[in-house]
Amino acid sequence: MVACLLELKMKKMKRSDRTDAIKHLYSRASFGINYPDLLRLSKVNRDKVLDKMFEDTEAFTLLTVAKENILRPGRKDNPTEEDIKIYTKKRTEQEEAVNIAWVSHLSGDKAHLREKLTLFWHGHFACRTNNGYYNQQLNNVHREHALGNFRTMVIEVSKTPAMLSFLNNQQNKKVKPNENFARELMELFMLGRGHYTEADIRESARAFTGWQFRADTSEFFFNERQHDKGSKVFFGKTGNFRGEDIIDMILGKRQCAHFIAERLYRFFVNDVPDPIHVKDLGDYFYDENYEIKPLIRRIFSSKWFYQANNVGNKIKSPIELLVGLNRSFYIRYGRPGVLLQLQRSLGQAVFYPPNVAGWPGGTSWIDSSSLLVRLKLPSTLLNGGIIESEGKPDPEDEAYLATARKSQTNVERRVQTYPEWARFRKDLPSGINREQLAYVLLTPNVKPGSMDNIDQSDPVQMAIQLVSTPEYQLC
Amino acid sequence: MRSSALASGAFLVPSFLKPLEALAFDQLTGHKNLVIIQLSGGNDGLNTVVPFGMDTYYQKRPGIALPPSDIIRLNDLQGLNPNMVALKEIYDQGWMSVINSVGYPNPDRSHFRSMDIWQTASNADEYLSTGWVGRYLDSNCQECKDPYAAIEVDDSLSLALKGSWKKGIAVKDPASLFKNTREPFFKEVIQAGDEHLHEDNLGYLYKTMIETYSSAAYIQNTSKTYRSTAEYPQTKFANQLKTAAKFINSGLSTRVYYVSLSGFDTHTGQIGQQGRLLNTFSEGVASFLKDLKAAGSLDDTLVMAFSEFGRRVEQNASNGTDHGTANNVFVFGGKLKKAGIYNEAPDLVNLDNGDLKYKVDFREVYATLLDKWLNVNNQQVLNKKYSGLSFI
Repeated sequence: MVACLLELKMKKMKRSDRTDAIKHLYSRASFGINYPDLLRLSKVNRDKVLDKMFEDTEAFTLLTVAKENILRPGRKDNPTEEDIKIYTKKRTEQEEAVNIAWVSHLSGDKAHLREKLTLFWHGHFACRTNNGYYNQQLNNVHREHALGNFRTMVIEVSKTPAMLSFLNNQQNKKVKPNENFARELMELFMLGRGHYTEADIRESARAFTGWQFRADTSEFFFNERQHDKGSKVFFGKTGNFRGEDIIDMILGKRQCAHFIAERLYRFFVNDVPDPIHVKDLGDYFYDENYEIKPLIRRIFSSKWFYQANNVGNKIKSPIELLVGLNRSFYIRYGRPGVLLQLQRSLGQAVFYPPNVAGWPGGTSWIDSSSLLVRLKLPSTLLNGGIIESEGKPDPEDEAYLATARKSQTNVERRVQTYPEWARFRKDLPSGINREQLAYVLLTPNVKPGSMDNIDQSDPVQMAIQLVSTPEYQLC
Repeated sequence: MRSSALASGAFLVPSFLKPLEALAFDQLTGHKNLVIIQLSGGNDGLNTVVPFGMDTYYQKRPGIALPPSDIIRLNDLQGLNPNMVALKEIYDQGWMSVINSVGYPNPDRSHFRSMDIWQTASNADEYLSTGWVGRYLDSNCQECKDPYAAIEVDDSLSLALKGSWKKGIAVKDPASLFKNTREPFFKEVIQAGDEHLHEDNLGYLYKTMIETYSSAAYIQNTSKTYRSTAEYPQTKFANQLKTAAKFINSGLSTRVYYVSLSGFDTHTGQIGQQGRLLNTFSEGVASFLKDLKAAGSLDDTLVMAFSEFGRRVEQNASNGTDHGTANNVFVFGGKLKKAGIYNEAPDLVNLDNGDLKYKVDFREVYATLLDKWLNVNNQQVLNKKYSGLSFI
């Protein structure tokens, strides 16, 4: 009865430059927008829309699903094969729980811009551990500093057990430096290739000696005894540098600001960066002392962000696709494990990047099989379908698979998903036609006449068909 | 998508799709196939090709070393795990070669990174976003222009088969791929497709759909003409190989097939688990090779089996082994130039921090396959010229 009244109240919107702009903003800053929000926000001044969007990032919640660091039984405890099996199982379950918790978070959290940026930083500071607790810690660092200061972000990330173990800084000691962390810090996290020398890597690795964590507390500690206190030559300067000094000297180069600006541009604007826009953003970032929030705001306030060549042309990552569907149709998962399975069959599971360079993105998401899975995803999730594609087990799950004596992970074929159709219908004005619904759900312009086959009798069936198109793969 | 409620439309095959499907048996004679088998998890090479003639092997592995009497002897030093008895006959026929101590400099002991290195053929400190078979497709050779030039017999595509411009196709079952691409909504999109074939991302999506549509038909229509009478064991792995044999024997103009077998990460209770997997592997491969022999295609087929790393020489406390480095690679085929054990047995004494030192860079193996089997200059694919080996 209530739903019925509201349905009557929902007005039809008229497409305008303002609705175009809000829709585009939400396709990039968030994971899409629903009909009522688009209608409402297109009447508000854009600065106010942005104010509200940034304000909504203030109240956020951290992931807390992993409660303890599950440690491998030590040698002195003489663990049996069974003990190791139990440990492997618990650890795998915790890792999966953290993955599912984040995807659920992405699918529902109100601080959507912060979550979107967390996803950006997750790809930028790509990291893998076999430890769900460490994964969660690092993810919370990304979330906390997502809109904060980049210097703080880099230092905090560098001090997480996840990164310290992943890039072997735990083994970076005075007598035998390990260069892995120093190399990736410059190549992938702060500068890009060609802006430092091999000697810079060697010397800066020495500055990070002693940056370690304690497994029992899962906390960073500076191991003075392992730290190389000798003098180092870095970027042509000589001094008794510590890790923080190295990070500051890298930040001192404008290239660092340009590098981050370009990565953000590729994520939020276009796979092909415009050098003039990137330079402007980079200079601004540098002058703003590496504050992330004003930089993001500058992107969303610029005229070029809304230009036609930057609209509806980015291929959604599998996570963006999945989260977008979850948000548009308010999908509840009877078996949350399905979320991880879907990520695997789509080709992107969070916390399992292909390597430290992160996911390459763009057209690399698309091949014959992944595209088929993507096009069938809506009918799988929204029409109570089954999952046909198993995806591949992650290479790091091999130990678990070996002990579990299975050659494959079990496939939960029945997805058991529950979209809230009543709510979805309530969002729409009565008598909405396919062009109007397509306008809300799809970002590329749809050619008139190309949707003639789509059945208009029911908005739900119409929506399922609209999101099963190649156009829906773009944002 | 059994309960799909998607509406149907008209079913016309656009005319521009037809030339691709018209291709068939013309290139068949002398067509060479490469089958790559990935053993995931880090197969323990020392309990696969067992150095039973070395005392060190028994000293370092008191709980898991295989007794000399059980070994299928290949020479005085090395022999096969008893679970690999199905390969004895294959070995004796001269269809099998074992390359010892294959690896790469600065080995990485994490599964995903080392697998990434093997699939992209990168250096240990380099990150590539394309796979080596994918770059072979990108090289635009005459035989690799169609998407089905490389088929992974699975339902998703590995990085190994993804190039910058071209990608292979994953086909677990040709009939269901065909069925999937003939669903009404897929057809409707294809029909609208020619209007969208621009150089942008939307154009790329349409192009991929059209190629999938077309390839699915070609693969299904070609492979259904062949009926195999060969017997295979009832395992998922053998089934993958059976599908690959069907493709090869029906004359599909595919050059590279990719299959995998998972579960080799044997940190605990290794004997049983690895034994089962090696049995699955050996029986599957032996059936596959015999099937190809019977159909007359063994001489035109080469099989290469690898794992992302071997395991440490010394066993661990749980009767298992931990991640190591260099490992053996198997090559199978009817026309091997050097069958049997290709090079000297691994040195179990001079170790690198408890691990085997590699003697053959895995990219030398790839280079050999590229130059001598797929007829493409290996430098084009591997970004550096490798001199290659002489097993073919």
